[in-house]
Amino acid sequence: MVGNPKIQVRDVSYRYGQVEALNQITLDVPEHTVTVFFGPAGGGKTTLLRLINRLNDRVDNTSMEGQILIDGEDIYAPGVHVPGLRRRVGMVFALPLPLPGTVRENVLYGPALAGIRDRNRLDELLQTSLEQAALWDEVKDRLDQPASSFSGGQQQRLCIARSLSLEPEILLLDEPTSGLDPISTAKVEHSLLELKKQYTIILVPHSVQQGARVADFAAFFLMGELIESGPGADLFTQAQDQRTEDYITGRFG
Amino acid sequence: MEWVIEAVIRVLGFSAIGFVAMIFVFLLLEGVPAFVRVPLNNLFDTSWYPSLGLYGVWPLIIGSLLVTLVAMIIAFPLGIGTAVFVREIAPNWAREILKPLIEVLAGIPSVVLGFFGMVTVAPIIRESLGAPTGLTAFTGSLLLAYMSLPTIISVAEDALDAVPRSYRDAGLAMGATQWQTIWRVVVPAARSGILMALMLGMGRAIGETMAVLMVTGNAARIPTGLSDLFMPIRTMTATIAAEMGEVARGSTHYHVLFGVGLILFIVTFAITLSAASVMFRRRSRGGLR
Amino acid sequence: MSQQLAQKLGFAFLGLMSLVVIVPILLVVGAIIYAGFPALSWEFLSAMPREGMRAGGIFPAIVGTLLLTLGTGLVAIPVGVGAAVYLSEYARDNLFTRAIRLAIVNLASIPSVVYGLFGLGLFVLLLQFGTSILAGSLTLAIMTLPVIISTSEEALRAVPMEYRTVSESLGGTHWQGIRRIVLPQALPGIITGVILGLLRAAGETAPILFTVAAFFLPRLPQSAFDQTMALPYHLYVISTQVPGMPLSIQHGTALVLLAFVLSMNLVATLIRSYFRRRREW
Repeated sequence: MVGNPKIQVRDVSYRYGQVEALNQITLDVPEHTVTVFFGPAGGGKTTLLRLINRLNDRVDNTSMEGQILIDGEDIYAPGVHVPGLRRRVGMVFALPLPLPGTVRENVLYGPALAGIRDRNRLDELLQTSLEQAALWDEVKDRLDQPASSFSGGQQQRLCIARSLSLEPEILLLDEPTSGLDPISTAKVEHSLLELKKQYTIILVPHSVQQGARVADFAAFFLMGELIESGPGADLFTQAQDQRTEDYITGRFG
Repeated sequence: MEWVIEAVIRVLGFSAIGFVAMIFVFLLLEGVPAFVRVPLNNLFDTSWYPSLGLYGVWPLIIGSLLVTLVAMIIAFPLGIGTAVFVREIAPNWAREILKPLIEVLAGIPSVVLGFFGMVTVAPIIRESLGAPTGLTAFTGSLLLAYMSLPTIISVAEDALDAVPRSYRDAGLAMGATQWQTIWRVVVPAARSGILMALMLGMGRAIGETMAVLMVTGNAARIPTGLSDLFMPIRTMTATIAAEMGEVARGSTHYHVLFGVGLILFIVTFAITLSAASVMFRRRSRGGLR
Repeated sequence: MSQQLAQKLGFAFLGLMSLVVIVPILLVVGAIIYAGFPALSWEFLSAMPREGMRAGGIFPAIVGTLLLTLGTGLVAIPVGVGAAVYLSEYARDNLFTRAIRLAIVNLASIPSVVYGLFGLGLFVLLLQFGTSILAGSLTLAIMTLPVIISTSEEALRAVPMEYRTVSESLGGTHWQGIRRIVLPQALPGIITGVILGLLRAAGETAPILFTVAAFFLPRLPQSAFDQTMALPYHLYVISTQVPGMPLSIQHGTALVLLAFVLSMNLVATLIRSYFRRRREW
């Protein structure tokens, strides 16, 4: 494996009530790579993403076993500052979800909550994160317009910029291009390749092809089980497990 | 800082329970002495003459029940009919007129309706019946019917609204007319909500005070026949409103009036509880939240 | 008779029923406007009553109703909105939360005159506030709570769940998400609910009968511990307790009360529809 494991998932099982969502998952996510979680719907990919920044904390009637470590530290240990953790772990959701307000307010929402008040610093964060999300040129003259007035593709890149403005170490992307047209999708994918130099990225792709295009590492999930994982180049061309092979070649899913 | 805000919010969230409990305890504290001081055969007798020491609450209870019952006989069919019309049949423009007007009705203060009942409805009733007075049980029922209509209509409408579209499509697909589909499929499917509409409307009517106080004539007598519907009558709520202002604190009369309040509280509580059990049953069946 | 004809007749019958429901509403409002309008004058609105209330104006009753509405709002808004935030954002779906909901439905169904008894027993007598604006406002506030809580909760729940998730994913605490996203988005709905609750309080008579209302007070209240006149009680008094009362003054008072309440209703409706068109979700 290249690079250190940034995230280590150790024997994680997770249940919603009686329904098992994840069953004893163990997995390493290397630093500064794009790791792809793929597989049919209901496989547990989104659940695992939400566990990595503890977004399921307030969901009723769930139970978790196992450990998730970031930089070797258990993020579920008592005393962990959850908002602080979430600032280190950015998340982008399947649908573009701009908050009510302007482009500027959206991008600077996180830094404002984190207590950053310095104007210059905020302006700098605004520009760099929009640039990183390949959106700056399109919105730099419209920063104070409502986010909802932009196209879906722009909104989704705005959501990426919004996560980047916290300068996180990890970026979780849950089918970020599922609602986008091919051109916007290409722009987002392109920015991912730029971003991985700085961040550790986990992507749930919206198609196998997209996974194959961007994956440094990949993990195949099926009904809560991790079927196999490995370097993307190997997994998408010569999967070890028949089920992975069947899914990649389109026999189900 | 944040935990202080969250703690305050929690306390406020619980406050409703506290208020209900407080109201109940107060009614108990001030009402129960009535049952101690007044012999039960006096209390459940048929004569209400507090100045003579006669505290028979039957006429008041019967009065409240009669007025409420007649109000429901008028309001229930009207309310359900209107709800069905608004939800299932009316063209958009008619809905745009009907709904705000019903909201206006809900917003008219009961004292204004009572006033209207006194100066306009009562004379009409008196003259059309040739009766000595227009301030009768029926006048009260008529006003109560209209006052409970907004409740009945909106709850029934919600119930009809909750019937899935597929039920209607299924009915129509089997060759039923829209009219048949409404009465054989949609309304039966909404029956628990419609029952709830009736109960909540009833609760609204039995607790209404000012309008009945102003138009029912306030005679504490037990109705014996149907013709008594067109005679003055007196309800529990009107009695409290009319007499509480003049009694001394701690007197027997004071405690008896609190006792009447306690009866009202228990009756409306029971009505609400049964309506709520219908509501919670529906909610627990129906998916999210 | 063909099915189509039966259906037509049925629809017509239900339409007729709806007419039976709404025509009297128009009649009531129309009659009160028609009969009350001639009584209105600047003097009627701004002068003290004279000659045993048979002449002059209803100024103290108007002021009293405004004060009571204000006092009710001061108590009911923070408590009601706070409770709504709890129910929508914090409460879990368990037995205890059901008990709270049951209590709220129950508060909504308690007869207004029973609130009057409660206010008399607790605020006037036990806490010794006397018959006062304070006692009346507190009584009305508790009565108004269920309206404010349920409409505010509905407004809060209408804000998409995802906003809360997004806020948390950006390092916001639970409360920051509520404070910066959820509450501002729900505000128009909350304001509508608050107005609807307060207009109900403004029109109520029974709860203030024994807690605050004065039959006749030749001056304006000086403090929260004073009695006051109020429009609904004044209408009750002059239409039932004062012999020889000119009908025009009664109608005028009814009209002022009705106009006050219905215009608040209109404002609430306008706010609701204006923001419904403007919101981004």
